[in-house]
Amino acid sequence: MAQVTNRLTPFFENITFDRDDNELVLNFGPQHPSSHGQLRLMLHLQQEQIVKAHPDVGYLHRGMEKMAENMIYNEFMPTTDRMDYIASSSNNYGFALSVEKLIGLEVPRRAKVIRMMLLEINRLMSHLFWLATTALDIGAMTVFLYAFREREYLMDIIEGYCGARLTHAAIRIGGVPLDIQDSFIHQLRVFLNKLPENIKDYEDLLDTNRIWLMRMEDVGVVSKELALSWGCTGPMLRASGFAWDIRKEEPYELYDEVEFNVPYSDKGDNFARYKIYMQEMRESAKILYQTIDMYQECVKNNETELMAHAPKYISAPKLDIMTQNYSLMQHFVLVTQGMRPPVGEVYVATESPKGELGFFINSQGGPYPYRLKLRAPSFWHTGILSDLLPGHYIPDVVSIIGTTNIVFGEVDR
Amino acid sequence: MRAYTPKDNVQAKSYYTDRYYVSPQVPKQDVESDEVFTADLAAISAKFKVNESYIQVGQMVVYINASDIYGVLELMKETLEYTQLSEMSAIDFLAKDNTFEIFYQMLSMNKRKRIRIKYSIEKGQAVDSVEKLFRSADWSEREMFDMFGIEANGHPFMKRILMPYDWQGNPLLKTYPLEGDEFAAWYEVDKIYGKEAREAIGPEIRDTARVDRYDSERFSRLGFEVPKGTEITGNEPKNEESYQEDGGVFLIKKFDRDSSTIVDDPQR
Repeated sequence: MAQVTNRLTPFFENITFDRDDNELVLNFGPQHPSSHGQLRLMLHLQQEQIVKAHPDVGYLHRGMEKMAENMIYNEFMPTTDRMDYIASSSNNYGFALSVEKLIGLEVPRRAKVIRMMLLEINRLMSHLFWLATTALDIGAMTVFLYAFREREYLMDIIEGYCGARLTHAAIRIGGVPLDIQDSFIHQLRVFLNKLPENIKDYEDLLDTNRIWLMRMEDVGVVSKELALSWGCTGPMLRASGFAWDIRKEEPYELYDEVEFNVPYSDKGDNFARYKIYMQEMRESAKILYQTIDMYQECVKNNETELMAHAPKYISAPKLDIMTQNYSLMQHFVLVTQGMRPPVGEVYVATESPKGELGFFINSQGGPYPYRLKLRAPSFWHTGILSDLLPGHYIPDVVSIIGTTNIVFGEVDR
Repeated sequence: MRAYTPKDNVQAKSYYTDRYYVSPQVPKQDVESDEVFTADLAAISAKFKVNESYIQVGQMVVYINASDIYGVLELMKETLEYTQLSEMSAIDFLAKDNTFEIFYQMLSMNKRKRIRIKYSIEKGQAVDSVEKLFRSADWSEREMFDMFGIEANGHPFMKRILMPYDWQGNPLLKTYPLEGDEFAAWYEVDKIYGKEAREAIGPEIRDTARVDRYDSERFSRLGFEVPKGTEITGNEPKNEESYQEDGGVFLIKKFDRDSSTIVDDPQR
């Protein structure tokens, strides 16, 4: 009797083996706790060594690019939250910036400062989350609890700002919707003052930890050529010897006004990536201190604008909408029909915590993007596993997936 | 005469556009306005035919012929220092002129420049794979194949990547509706139970907030509980059972539907 494969009832009798070469195919995921979402890996094994790895993605595919083609630009903003849901403001920002570039909008300075604060808080949240989960995968429960404690504090600050903890939708095309709350700066200062101590705690637990070193050092070495060829970006690229940070090289917002370093390493292994994440947290803190000063300067100079003034594309402030007829009409048209950016194309890359987050928008002058391509860094950091894993052993799979820092919301989109 | 709208584009369209509305254009600059791009373009056009080129939003866009793509990217990678292929995909212009536009987003870290290489192909035509030059094209070409049905010649593993292998249709085509076609609507039912089960199972309920008052299988009916699976016609007897903590709860009176008043007037 032939096996019927498209029924739920399995039929296991008369199994014949096609090959007799001792190769075992191990199916890893898609529901494995260390697969960071819905990653399915088909691993071909010789004993414990991997000879071939085949990542299989798509279990979280929601068709965001398709959805974008059927939504007005502002409507799509909350959807971007669901890409890299660990640091959702960075997705909001990437999208907002690309539409602003398409229109040619200049955002008020105060909004820029607030955006930078949100971006760096998101970077810290993402890196802390990375540290927590990777340490947990490798067995360091304490670090997991410590890092989540700190991340919780940041999430509270963000919650105070926009009311959401994970899916912020806190950035609008043309600026930010709200000023930061009164307690924001104080809370942030308290957190930042404590952060170096916290990072030192993590490093004390991990840096000389024999288990951690054995799982991290010289494991998962990404060579320069491989990193370039696979389009690696962010910490993955910097660990492989390129000091390439889009915030530094192609500055957006006010990143050219703040001072920070770009940590990089030429080792390319898991440990290098770990050290880069730790160092980037310190750099983010440095940027945040500077943004606090910039914000207070804005307050002092009485720069209160939070949204760009462009009546064709951006609704007027609430006060104008409520008091002026023409603003109300504009607002009505923008909400019901949506803004119509000029005809043209734009590709804008921003440095999200995971790497280069790019938005390619082709506009044909309508209220819906004609084509929107989301360039998510994790997509390629997952693809590289097929070249990176062969030669490693089964336990290395977990630590390598951990340090690639992939998030399936943006792999599958 | 009414403006022509392509009938095979089923994506959302604005319900109203002023008939005299003329869309503005994102400004384009000449390539000569940037030294680095001028040199790059000269190097490309020395060997290959360049159909059009301009700078838009700080990035050079170069239109080439479809057959030259491997050579152009090889030249850019080997001599022009464009070492990364950030992204590649297609744009569906089938409704307009029966073509796809393919774009390759290149990055040079040494020059801090980005170039977009573009070309058009006819429907049904395949592209040349650049997977040998950039491993990242392995996955993006698969994604393009998955989403648009454009095959890449010379690709080692031309299979779908995001959709299931046995999927039919290409989701990012403009002819593919947002909510999916018939195949998509019945995919799980057909696959698991077979086509003949469609009628018994019924279409998927897309409204997640829908509550069927007469469905005693899936919904508990608060205050009107009936045993699971009971046929309800609408005049079932009221269930008098209600729950109360022993000794009551401080400040909370026992809720009794019959003795409470339901305020109908929203203004009160």
